[in-house]
Amino acid sequence: MEIPRDHLVDMYSTMVKIRYFEERIREIYFADKLPAFDIGAGEIPGEMHLAAGQEPVAVGTMPHLKPGDAITATHRPHHVAIAQGLDLKRMTAEIFGKDTGLGHGKGGHMHLFSTEPNFGCSGIIAEGMPVAVGAALAFKKLGKDNVAISFFGEGAANQGAFHESLNLASLWSLPVVFICEDNAYAISVPKEASTAIADNSDRASAYGMPGVLVPDNDPVAVYEVVREAIARARAGEGPSLIEVKTDRLWGHFEGDADAYRTDEFKESMTDRDSLVVYGDRLVEEGILTADDRETINEEMHGEVDEAIDFARNSPDPAPEDALLHVFA
Amino acid sequence: MTTMTERKLTTQKAISEAIAQEMDADDSVFVLGEDIGVYGGIFGATEGLLDQFGPERIMDTPISETGFIGAAIGAATNGLRPIAELMFVDFFGVCMDQIYNNMAKIHYFSGGNVKVPMVLMTAAGGGYSDAGQHSQTLWGTFAHLPGMKVVVPSNPYDAKGLMISAIRDDNPVLYIFHKGVLGLGWMTNNPRATGHVPEDPYTVPIGKAAIAREGTDVTVATISLSVHRALDAADELEKEGISIEVLDLRSLVPLDREAILDSVRKTHRLLVVDEDYQSFGMTGEVITTAVEGAFDYLDAPPARIAIPDVPIPYSRVLEQFVLPNADKIVAGVKSLLTA
Repeated sequence: MEIPRDHLVDMYSTMVKIRYFEERIREIYFADKLPAFDIGAGEIPGEMHLAAGQEPVAVGTMPHLKPGDAITATHRPHHVAIAQGLDLKRMTAEIFGKDTGLGHGKGGHMHLFSTEPNFGCSGIIAEGMPVAVGAALAFKKLGKDNVAISFFGEGAANQGAFHESLNLASLWSLPVVFICEDNAYAISVPKEASTAIADNSDRASAYGMPGVLVPDNDPVAVYEVVREAIARARAGEGPSLIEVKTDRLWGHFEGDADAYRTDEFKESMTDRDSLVVYGDRLVEEGILTADDRETINEEMHGEVDEAIDFARNSPDPAPEDALLHVFA
Repeated sequence: MTTMTERKLTTQKAISEAIAQEMDADDSVFVLGEDIGVYGGIFGATEGLLDQFGPERIMDTPISETGFIGAAIGAATNGLRPIAELMFVDFFGVCMDQIYNNMAKIHYFSGGNVKVPMVLMTAAGGGYSDAGQHSQTLWGTFAHLPGMKVVVPSNPYDAKGLMISAIRDDNPVLYIFHKGVLGLGWMTNNPRATGHVPEDPYTVPIGKAAIAREGTDVTVATISLSVHRALDAADELEKEGISIEVLDLRSLVPLDREAILDSVRKTHRLLVVDEDYQSFGMTGEVITTAVEGAFDYLDAPPARIAIPDVPIPYSRVLEQFVLPNADKIVAGVKSLLTA
């Protein structure tokens, strides 16, 4: 099936935006923590899990979403949040712990929540999977044609919540798409040392749903597979499981020495960087010119810079506001 | 103390040394958990152990806490002495059934026939803006549930001795290390995170509190990182002629109630400081102990400082507002003395 040009270009633009966002966050995160790294210091404290390299899985899903579709993402959520179109300023302000943030500074980068668009994420592995099932259950009960998308890492496929969620979704024939971001490492533990089979997509058969492997970190390949899964879900034909082989370009968290991955492996990821490969391909295929790419870079970088300025210039929450929002 | 050159270690290295020495002495001891092998544990509790003991005894696991903690229970009831690591105590939610319905109850259900000699070690605590799923202490939650010992060291010496006691104990022991007492290079630490640790194996008894600082005017009973907050407060108060006794409880189960009562009978005033949620927790239990056992000795109603029953917020200003600190302890002590 033909892919509309604007989808191809939007996917690229969003990849540029995500990568630049992660680079800026990384730079700011480290700026006041070095030379002696102190995780609690600086403008952005705490753990920081960045998604550079994993853009294709997010942007390949994005064009198929409709307003109201629900997403649950992981502790590494920025790429998915940006692709779904969360308010970039308020999301960034949350990462900076500011009062203008999505959660008024209560959640931070692992706990971004938004009702419009419908987005949540979590710091616990596989925690969002049953929640996506519940969102899909609500859509079915309420007669909406929305779908729920659950993003999770390959490490999450060894949690009980993965198996329970797939079974429930299939049993109740719910409009949910499970998308595994396989970046090959659960922190330091390689997939082959943690998972009894090579491809988690094969696990779909145990739960009576289609399972599809996307072997390349390519937004177009993700786009095509997710399109079919979402169409199936919207048509009331039940859930699907998709596994995308992707790359986490940096450490599990910023400050991770990343000694468990070889230099060869890290170089191979850089060599196949999807942002560069996909951008070059769009130029080769005549979809973008070199000038277009430059314009996209400027626009996307400008949007990110503006969001960061907004966050930086926003006020801190009042300390005693820590006591608010425990109950509705 | 001895004047000979004292070897100093961080709390983190004291823990890994304790495990290594017990593994050396007893082939039935092994460790399993996430990122404990090549990585050495996210907080370094198993640093160097993979090289020393190999992957058969230092077992990296999938992210399957129900599976591997449950497997530790089965190994423990079948002749081994496993140490399972739960990376953050906050992750207990995915595996709590194995912990409190299985690990903590098998011995009781069996009428004492079956023993579960295992250690479940885990990292706790906040103060570095890691938000509400990576910053809790939760020791009160576990201490509430019968059948497991709950050990929470505050310094390197105790960390080693309590870990060795935990491994040798025939009961399940939850061993909780606060990230702020470990002496990690990548986190702000209190200066007491490094201290004297004897090289030979030794034990610190589980269930015995320690007087971290003797005093006469107010008892400050606390645990883990808050011991250091209290010691800092003691330095401040001393300048104003106020003497506090800092009681390091060291374990919540068993709780050294005699030590609490002895100190309260001496000072007649009690402040309890905890980095756990306030209601239904350690502060209430310690105060109840004092009221039940030394009511007539109290010159003022006991007071407490704890997390004010909100999840741990991310933003630094919000988190620092809810955490205990030395200033709050100074103010709490003065308030008790004027009560």
